[in-house]
Amino acid sequence: MRSGNAGGGALKAPPVGLLQRKGVLGFLFTLPADIILLLLLAYPFVLGIWLSFTNTIIGRSGSFVGLENYIDLFHSDVFWLTAFNTVLYTVVAVFFKLILGFGLAIVLNKDFKGKGLIRAIVLLPWIVPTALSTIAFWWIFDSNFSCISWLLMHLGLMSHPIDFLGSPVNARISVIIVNIWRGIPFFTIGLMAGLQTINQTLYEAADIDGATPWVKFKSITLPLIMPLLAVITTFSIIWTFADFQLIWIMTRGGPDNATHIFGTFSFQRAIAGGHLGEGAAISAFIFPVLFISVVITSKFLKREA
Amino acid sequence: MSERKKKEGKKVSRRDFIKKSAAGLAGAGLATLSMDSLFQWNPALAAEVKAPTFKLEKNPVVKVLRWSGFVKSDEQIWNANTKKWEKETGGKVVTEYLSWEDVRSKAAMEASVGAGHDIVLGWYDDPHLYPDKLLDVSDVATYLGKKYGGWYPVCEMYGKLYGTDKWIALPIGSAGICINYRVSWVKEAGYEKLPSDIEGFIKCCKKLKAKGHPTGFALGHAVGDGNTWTHWWLWSFGGKAVEKDGKTIAINSKETLQALDAAKELYETMIPGVASWLDPHNNKAFLSGQISVTSNGNSIFYASRKKFPEINKDLMTMNFPVGPVGHPAELSMISQAFIFKHTPVPNAAKHYLTFMFEKAQYGKWESETWGYITQTLKDYYNLPAWKKDPRITPYRDCVKRMLWNGYAGPLGPASAAAMSEYVIVDMFADVCVGGKSPKAAAAAAERKLKKFYR
Repeated sequence: MRSGNAGGGALKAPPVGLLQRKGVLGFLFTLPADIILLLLLAYPFVLGIWLSFTNTIIGRSGSFVGLENYIDLFHSDVFWLTAFNTVLYTVVAVFFKLILGFGLAIVLNKDFKGKGLIRAIVLLPWIVPTALSTIAFWWIFDSNFSCISWLLMHLGLMSHPIDFLGSPVNARISVIIVNIWRGIPFFTIGLMAGLQTINQTLYEAADIDGATPWVKFKSITLPLIMPLLAVITTFSIIWTFADFQLIWIMTRGGPDNATHIFGTFSFQRAIAGGHLGEGAAISAFIFPVLFISVVITSKFLKREA
Repeated sequence: MSERKKKEGKKVSRRDFIKKSAAGLAGAGLATLSMDSLFQWNPALAAEVKAPTFKLEKNPVVKVLRWSGFVKSDEQIWNANTKKWEKETGGKVVTEYLSWEDVRSKAAMEASVGAGHDIVLGWYDDPHLYPDKLLDVSDVATYLGKKYGGWYPVCEMYGKLYGTDKWIALPIGSAGICINYRVSWVKEAGYEKLPSDIEGFIKCCKKLKAKGHPTGFALGHAVGDGNTWTHWWLWSFGGKAVEKDGKTIAINSKETLQALDAAKELYETMIPGVASWLDPHNNKAFLSGQISVTSNGNSIFYASRKKFPEINKDLMTMNFPVGPVGHPAELSMISQAFIFKHTPVPNAAKHYLTFMFEKAQYGKWESETWGYITQTLKDYYNLPAWKKDPRITPYRDCVKRMLWNGYAGPLGPASAAAMSEYVIVDMFADVCVGGKSPKAAAAAAERKLKKFYR
């Protein structure tokens, strides 16, 4: 249609309302979420970082002390033990969650009778509230009433109960086991979803070429699942590194600070002990590790893309 | 017994009281002792003590945060007393019950933000972490002290702002801790009853272990049981965390080393696994017949009454044995009621607390808790309920015999931090479980304490 204009030029486009402008509507849609993130995430985070540079105590505002809290932590035996515990807890737990979760995902990806029910059961550790499942494990690992010790003693395999949570080494192993038990479903279900997106014709072609299961896994499954695996692993690292309730319920960081991680140590120092500034400084050590995990993962993902 | 004899039995001359108190206090290193606690209690005079008058706010709603009762009757009686106050005043009380550890965190947050409950029943050093956020309750404390025979000296340490006569909290009761033991097993070990001195106590525990009846004391991060017994042990040998000045760290001393050596001996008599024990563990172990001796509040007796009658028949309690220091030096958990300055109903809050401390209310409340709450005002020592059962009676002495957290220094952020980080508990665990030498363990504890007390 020819636009009519006595002046002979093209018709001016009608003015665009504010809500139709590019970007404005999108911004408005994300605004509620942005406000929530700002108030409940960004603000507490920045406040926490600020507190870590002060000598604030519960009920009393503090003054700026620079890096004093951090310097004190570097000189604290308990801090270094906590750092060691946190890294050990995260590395070991995530490693086993990954291996076992991946293996379970491959098994559950196959077609077999009752797979729906089995998949639902596998998800249970993840669904049950952490506090409840941890209390159950607290009983299972009790130094006097453990059902595991009871069974082993009744079978004549042991003469006395296992001290699951009383020795530093045993306590670390016990809390890691509980974390692995709880976290396997996250890897399993996530990776299973990823496995189902892999084109089956690739496997068929590999079968024709006589590829072994290991070759198929190494050359087809792993490369194609890697981006998802990286994302899931990053989330698991973040959640494991920043864990709190599992350790707090089972050991309160004991025995003798052998299971303290940054979250529990920070809580103990800040809330139970009242030293908010120092507690904030401890929790600030969680951030760099998580930030590095996210950066590495996102770089990895960009490369894959 | 005639009324006159009863009064004379109770009457202690001011000179005798001062002498005995001075001896005990010199040993305990207490610096402050108010004239109120030397007041000679006389019921007739007490009746004349006038309660402070509070002009209640219009339609007051008092919000109270307190710990969940350790025994069922605690909350029932507390709520009934609260309803009485509401009926008499027309006010309203909204009580929130939380687990005792959660009360402390929540109170701390409310102090930080300046909003929330009006009254909190906290624990230990809580009021001393945020004293400037709390209402002065000296009027209530002075009145209650005069009327009910005075506060125990340790209550003045807990209730008053250090170095002043200003009360910032009212110690409402102690979840007292005593030794619980199996009578038949102690007899089997060759003793009529558990010795009341530490040296004899250790010997008896060794014999109990030899007979297949180990003891059990928490060496894990048990907030209540772990802290109370280790502090008792340390103080009984003359050891302490800090000097009276609140700055000089005193933990690395020969007395502490003696305490650690003796603790190692006691540890040899314990059941395996105590390093993982939190607060419920010793209850379970005792009630299942796995241990012969432990330290605990009266919950073991209370639970055994109906559920474990065989254990109940064989159970006896006693106050902590006395160590080389020569006098009781115990730690029990103590709860304090304090009022935040941010309250819109300060008069109603004070009136409510005064009411709850009066004999008609407090007497009933304490009597029905089966020895779980030990009184902080001396008059309540004579409540008939303490004689209800011989296993309850020792608990009435807990506050009388105890020192305060952070002894011999002041209560405050440093003492709170030291307890929350289990400095003393871990020192004992280092030696008993970790195999560290007493010297190394004491040195490690000293480093930690120096950080808190600088």
